[in-house]
Amino acid sequence: MATLELSIDQNLAVGEVRRTHRLGPLFWAAIVWMVLVFAAAALAGVLPFSPTDMDMLERRAAPSALHWLGNDGLGRDELARLIYGARISLTVGLCAPVIGLSIGGALGMLAGYFRGRFESLVVGSMDVLLAFPPLILALAVTAYLGQSLLNLTCILGVLGIPAFMRVARAATLTLARREFVIAAQALGATHARILLRELLPNVFLPLFAFFLLGVAVTIVVEGALSFLGLGVPPPISSWGSMIGEGRESLEVAPRLAFIPAVTLFLTVLSFNLVGDTLKALTDPRQSAL
Amino acid sequence: MSEPALLSVEAVAVDLPTARGNLRAVDQVDLKVGAGRTLGIVGESGCGKTMLSRAILQLLPKKAKLSGRVMFDGQDLARLAPERLRKLRGRSLAVVFQDPMTSLNPVLTIGTQLIETLQEHLELDGHAAKKRSVELLAAVGIPAPEQRLMQYPHQLSGGMRQRVAIAIALSCEPKLLIADEPTTALDVTIQAQILDLLAREQRRRHMAMILITHDLGVVAGRTDEVAVMYAGRVVERAPTSALFKKMRMPYTEALLAAIPKIDAAPHTPLPAISGRPPDPTRPLQGCSFSPRCRYANGRCHLDKPVLAAAESGDHQYACFHPIAIKTGVGA
Repeated sequence: MATLELSIDQNLAVGEVRRTHRLGPLFWAAIVWMVLVFAAAALAGVLPFSPTDMDMLERRAAPSALHWLGNDGLGRDELARLIYGARISLTVGLCAPVIGLSIGGALGMLAGYFRGRFESLVVGSMDVLLAFPPLILALAVTAYLGQSLLNLTCILGVLGIPAFMRVARAATLTLARREFVIAAQALGATHARILLRELLPNVFLPLFAFFLLGVAVTIVVEGALSFLGLGVPPPISSWGSMIGEGRESLEVAPRLAFIPAVTLFLTVLSFNLVGDTLKALTDPRQSAL
Repeated sequence: MSEPALLSVEAVAVDLPTARGNLRAVDQVDLKVGAGRTLGIVGESGCGKTMLSRAILQLLPKKAKLSGRVMFDGQDLARLAPERLRKLRGRSLAVVFQDPMTSLNPVLTIGTQLIETLQEHLELDGHAAKKRSVELLAAVGIPAPEQRLMQYPHQLSGGMRQRVAIAIALSCEPKLLIADEPTTALDVTIQAQILDLLAREQRRRHMAMILITHDLGVVAGRTDEVAVMYAGRVVERAPTSALFKKMRMPYTEALLAAIPKIDAAPHTPLPAISGRPPDPTRPLQGCSFSPRCRYANGRCHLDKPVLAAAESGDHQYACFHPIAIKTGVGA
């Protein structure tokens, strides 16, 4: 029988598989916007304008060389308020989902892996938390502990726990039955090892995608709470409270509400776009399933 | 086999509670495997082969009830403390699963999976573990092993993945390897390669092996002893050569007849076994193969035959109407 000689270029056969995913201009636009917002928020302290200096003669003044985006109803610089507001919105928007991600993710993985009574307890208590009206909780906590950035972040973080728990538990439930988990057990892996090394890298992908969505939602919710006056106390600005204050002069100067609204919209959109692209890029399973 | 067996399964039964009642997946199975020997377990889907292997490894589903004893190296695995059992797994007992698509973690590289196993069990430092991983991958016939370490399972073919799974199983020099249908998910040309690889590594390491399969052809040249399972019970057990020379159990005969012959004329009908295996939640009173057996008579439907020795002591079968010696078909 004749043998067919095959010569394969070694680099071709075992070389790094090239990413064929192209990054579109939309992705880069989103990155540029995010860098801009983050840089502005980080550098707010060194920028030469104040978000609280009032100029009563310049109330609702149109944009000028001095005030690029004009002044708000109390004569404060709109751009400065927008930049300082980015600090609040981004801090809350990033920190609150981290609370949800870590606590909810850990609870969900433990519940999905160990099952039994612990799972019933976790799922039951999360259902209670879900059934509790979020606005009432926010009201109760701010009334009791006072309005502050920390309290706001904690409330939004706690409210996010049930959703993260559910995502983590659902992912763990399907993964824990897969053969590679049994294979790990057959190799003598401890529970901690299976949870951290076998399951976590798998669960983290859907959880991280949900986290980015959570960032976007939290920025919007923070805006809504500030709009209702439950957010950070004045005179600190946040995008939500700026929209709320702009509402009073919607007929005279609609830009006071629209500028923060557009900023909020673009930032949330950027998070979603970047999140989706990063997920597609970093998922090693992309061609496997 | 008078020397103490490495693994001795004694009267093992596995019960699984289901919505339709108790399901007896494994029923009073006795097996022995000596050090360095190979046992083939053959049977059709759902006959309890995999449950038996899980029972040996103590990896049964939480609801399953195990009775009997699984003696391994002088210890009863069923009564061993979890921590000691965990130390035994991987180091002394290893397993290769059916589907290499799902038995490797999809988001960790091959290297991570191999190196961490080595570090965990052999307490090697990172550099030594990496070196040993490369050796292992080379030993299981993977070209360019160093580059492979950085790849993910989905970048390898099915045969390659099964080789990696075997490398992981062999990594800590186990005394017993359980191969649970290791070639079922692979195409035929790769099957022989993987089976030969397992046989070679087994000889080299003087490791005992249990080869679970539904294909009598797979066990024919590669095992010392064969146990045929049907509906959770071992129905015939014999040294491989004796079994293929003169099988006694009608089920074994039917299984062998169902293997397509390469020299048969085209369009020869394949003699399939008619009917289906009995519902394991509704045990039959008599022999569980009796509804499908062409030799069955009244007694077969009433009494359960026990596994008894034939004329030579190491050939056992459970049948009232064993096939006469001359009807045995050569493999």
